[in-house]
Amino acid sequence: MWKWLHPYAKPETTYHLTGRLIPWFSYLSIILLTIGLVWALLFSPADYQQGDSFRIFYIHVPSATLSMGIYVGMAIAALCSIVWQLKLADASAAAMAPIGAVFTFISLVTGAAWGKPMWGTWWIWDARLTSQLILLFLFLGVIALHNAFEDKVMAGKAAGILTLVGVINIPIIKYSVEWWNTLHQGATVSKMGKPSMTLDMLWPFIFSYMGFIFLIVVITCIRFRTEILARNGMRQWVRDLAVKGES
Amino acid sequence: MNSTESLNQPLLEANNLTCIREDRVLFESLNMQALPGDIIQVEGPNGSGKTSLLRILAGLSRPYEGDVLFNKTSIGKAHEDYHQNLLYLGHLPGVKGEMTAQENLEFNLSLHGMAPENAEKTLAEVNLLGFEDALASHLSAGQHRRIALAKLWQSKAPIWILDEPFTAIDKLGVKNLEAKFLQHANNGGCVILTTHQDLSFPENRVKKVTLQYRFFK
Amino acid sequence: MSDTAITSQLNQPIALSYRSAFMLILKRDVTLAFRHKDDIINPILFFIIVITLFPLGIGPEANTLSRIAPGIIWVAALLSTLLSLDRLFKSDYNDGSLEQMLLSPHPIFILVLAKIVAHWLLTGLPLIFIAPLLAVLLHLNENSYGALMITLLLGTPILSLIGAIGVALTVGIKKGGVLLSLLVLPLYIPVLIFATSAIDTAAMNLPFTGQLAIIAALFFSTLTLAPFAVSSALKVSTN
Repeated sequence: MWKWLHPYAKPETTYHLTGRLIPWFSYLSIILLTIGLVWALLFSPADYQQGDSFRIFYIHVPSATLSMGIYVGMAIAALCSIVWQLKLADASAAAMAPIGAVFTFISLVTGAAWGKPMWGTWWIWDARLTSQLILLFLFLGVIALHNAFEDKVMAGKAAGILTLVGVINIPIIKYSVEWWNTLHQGATVSKMGKPSMTLDMLWPFIFSYMGFIFLIVVITCIRFRTEILARNGMRQWVRDLAVKGES
Repeated sequence: MNSTESLNQPLLEANNLTCIREDRVLFESLNMQALPGDIIQVEGPNGSGKTSLLRILAGLSRPYEGDVLFNKTSIGKAHEDYHQNLLYLGHLPGVKGEMTAQENLEFNLSLHGMAPENAEKTLAEVNLLGFEDALASHLSAGQHRRIALAKLWQSKAPIWILDEPFTAIDKLGVKNLEAKFLQHANNGGCVILTTHQDLSFPENRVKKVTLQYRFFK
Repeated sequence: MSDTAITSQLNQPIALSYRSAFMLILKRDVTLAFRHKDDIINPILFFIIVITLFPLGIGPEANTLSRIAPGIIWVAALLSTLLSLDRLFKSDYNDGSLEQMLLSPHPIFILVLAKIVAHWLLTGLPLIFIAPLLAVLLHLNENSYGALMITLLLGTPILSLIGAIGVALTVGIKKGGVLLSLLVLPLYIPVLIFATSAIDTAAMNLPFTGQLAIIAALFFSTLTLAPFAVSSALKVSTN
């Protein structure tokens, strides 16, 4: 298997491969997101309890779950880099971190926007919002650590260790926050009822979810390519690219 | 291991080392061997990667590519065994200002598995007699370096890797050290060192590894 | 001066046992701290000052204070541990001793564990002795004193262990202080939650063994995992 993988572990090959894949993923993402979001925002039925404000669900839930997914993806990349010394794995983790942070932030903002009509305030210390906030801190920590090193290779390794420590902690943090939340829950906070999903709601949700996944893949690929270039600036093929002036 | 065989076997072997620092290739595909009895001087201008090479050989840094072998196994895999047979002194002497010269040496010796009882005697070897109980913070840079170097007189490790051992050492001290290196090599050890001073050994006694400063190509 | 043939020394057995290597580092770190007492005293003073700030900011009502006392004491403990973490590896890194330790023939996690234990003895342990006095100032509920002591006893080692990972990652960075808090504080959250809740539960005269069990589990898992994370982080930082 490693023999087969070997050519893809070469920065140059990976750079060109991702370059060819990006257009396809972008089309997929645009089509899926358009279908999903237009359907979700215009045609799917409003929730019988929450009305139209429910529609933010189609953005909030994908960004919340995917942000967690990105962190796990970074942790897997970090593990590959530490265990198998794959140099590109570091670059992919570095590419993912800011995207993860942005999606976490989006989930917080949409969560607050959803919370305003539901709970009457922008922010409550709800278990899910709180753990999402802590996830944002974890992302920002990884990014800050990465930026603090001048040497990209060292930066990648250090950020990788932190990501692994973080990924072990995430379930513990999540559990502790949930536990803390149930403990301190006063009478004022009414738990949001689980919205019952009809098929009309499920399909647009699936479309927009898949659309977001491909969006993340596309942005990751673009950032990944930049990271590869930044790390291989002294290589001949990068210099050739710069001279040719095209991607 | 019998001694005739061990004389021909390299103590330390570097294969195909490449080192990249902050996007600059310091050296590429570097091969070297340290045989018993070798004194190897790594030379090159500032910034050419001498320290990086020594740190890679000591196992403190990982090379971008390539491998360092001790006893035919990669030092990453057998690092406890390797460190047992290695004495490395870096730029920094590793001397604590809050402890006395003797305490510093005692700690250094015990950390590397040597008997701390001889610390006082060893300090005499490096001309620090009378300073045993002085706090290291009251001593000079040269004296700090001497405390660090004192380990050489106790060490049984065959591989010595020394980064600028003569920094801040006076002429007599340098002479002493050179004699020590020669004795160590003649006993079947090897010394790998960087220095900007000329060594007083005969030309054929010292092997040289020369690194060049490489600009962006 | 040894004139014996050196090559015969290859493959000699490890000269120091794990225990004596551990004790060697522990003794050294404690000695160093006692010769440089500011390192021990300053975090304690910080702890006391932070705690006195809260009544000044919130108001002296006994009820309010006793309600928030567990949180204040624990947050202050987190912060003062954080401030003292720098000492763990920074000076050893700056003067080259850390390199020598990494090159010693002992497994690095033993040395790391010894340094962390020393750090806890010098910063965590004093907090445990002072905390009850400060709890008096904050009118902590009488039933909670036992819980406060036990949670600090089990919890502060976790702070030192997790903090050590952060310091190990940032030790090579020139201005790592603020960065360190950004890395470490989010990881302290579970300890904070369970410890304060144990103290709150004790105030209501209810059993708090559940929280204690969780803190103990956190303690043992960080005790086993953190030294390895710290050693690999140190290898990266000294690269």
